Amino acid sequence: MASDTELTPTSYIEHHLTYLTTQVREGAFWVLHVDTLVTSIVLGVISLGFIWLVVRKATSGVPSKTQAFVELAVEFIDNEVKNTFHGNRHVFVAPAALTIFVWVLMMNAMDILPIDIMAWIMEHAFGLHNWKIVPTTDVNTTFALALSIWLLMLFFNVKVKGLGGWMHELFCTPFGKNPLLWPLNLLFNFIEYVSKPLSHSLRLFGNIYAGEIIFLLLGMWAATGISGTIFGAVLGAGWAIFHILIVTLQAFIFMMLTVVYLSMAHESH
Amino acid sequence: MNINFTLISQAIAFSVFIWFTVRYVWPPLLRAIEERQKTIADGLAAGERGRHELELASQRSSDVLRDAKQRASEIIIQAEKRAAEVIEEAKKSAKEEGDRIVAGAKADIEHEIFSAKEVLRQQVSELAVAGAAKILRREVDAKAHADLLAAIREDLK
Repeated sequence: MASDTELTPTSYIEHHLTYLTTQVREGAFWVLHVDTLVTSIVLGVISLGFIWLVVRKATSGVPSKTQAFVELAVEFIDNEVKNTFHGNRHVFVAPAALTIFVWVLMMNAMDILPIDIMAWIMEHAFGLHNWKIVPTTDVNTTFALALSIWLLMLFFNVKVKGLGGWMHELFCTPFGKNPLLWPLNLLFNFIEYVSKPLSHSLRLFGNIYAGEIIFLLLGMWAATGISGTIFGAVLGAGWAIFHILIVTLQAFIFMMLTVVYLSMAHESH
Repeated sequence: MNINFTLISQAIAFSVFIWFTVRYVWPPLLRAIEERQKTIADGLAAGERGRHELELASQRSSDVLRDAKQRASEIIIQAEKRAAEVIEEAKKSAKEEGDRIVAGAKADIEHEIFSAKEVLRQQVSELAVAGAAKILRREVDAKAHADLLAAIREDLK
């Protein structure tokens, strides 16, 4: 909690929305959100490390329960990818989709942890006054993912179709090959290429950020006394249960869009 | 809500995670899953083959059974025929044997009769000679016919 200033709704929310930052270099851009980066890396290492540990001991015989769980997740994602992507998915797309789903799911799931308790632990156990626990409420994270995938999209476009093939696609689809339509096609494709990473990243960010804000607003019921606290807790529990759905769904949508974008990059029109 | 260096660092972290999954997580698990799928498919195929073979075997066994039954009945029929033949042969040979015995007996009897007749004829001839001798005694010179009489006496002993 913000103990240095008087606790008002505004300061409460501001406290929870403040990043732990460090200045890497001079300039407004060279700010690093340490909390976002560390939390996301820790989560990625934990989840992917867990899968890796299971996979290292994976047997083709009767699997252990843990291995069966991991296989369930992997086969679920593999199936989704198989339905959308028609190239050799095992080289890159399917494992990338697994990474995205697992990592984004873990980052989103941090939203369900009670924010004030986490803030208290961070403050008293680690001495960190500001620590945003949900990396996907940081627009930098979602943009980083979406732009990486966007670059991959461009890379696969060039790799699969060749630079000429891709240019041909930019100028000649979706409306036709007539040179009069070239500017229109190019404009259309340009808008598409700009909107893809924007919608991709902002959808995830918006959903999780909104969820976070609602938790904060529900948390403020605690300011109204005992009955308000209980009421807020009940609402918070309800929202958390509903949020399990949102967290999973958003991770899944993010993964599916990635697969769709990458398969569109692989297939010529 | 400001874009800053975090974006680049997150992108780097993301790339590392993807690289890690592509390199170390996905292939071994996929291999394990595919191997298991192959094992299961092989098992199912083997089961199917076994079922097929069982079907064939049961068909073959019923064929063999039917064959055996047929052959058994053939053998029985043959045996019955043979038994009838044996009985027939036995009857025939018994009859022949009987005939032969009867014929032998008849021959014996005839032989006996013949030898009896021979003996009788001998004795009758002797008696006739003896009777003739008695009749002729008086007229016979005992001295002259001593040899003859002695011979007859010898015969009558």
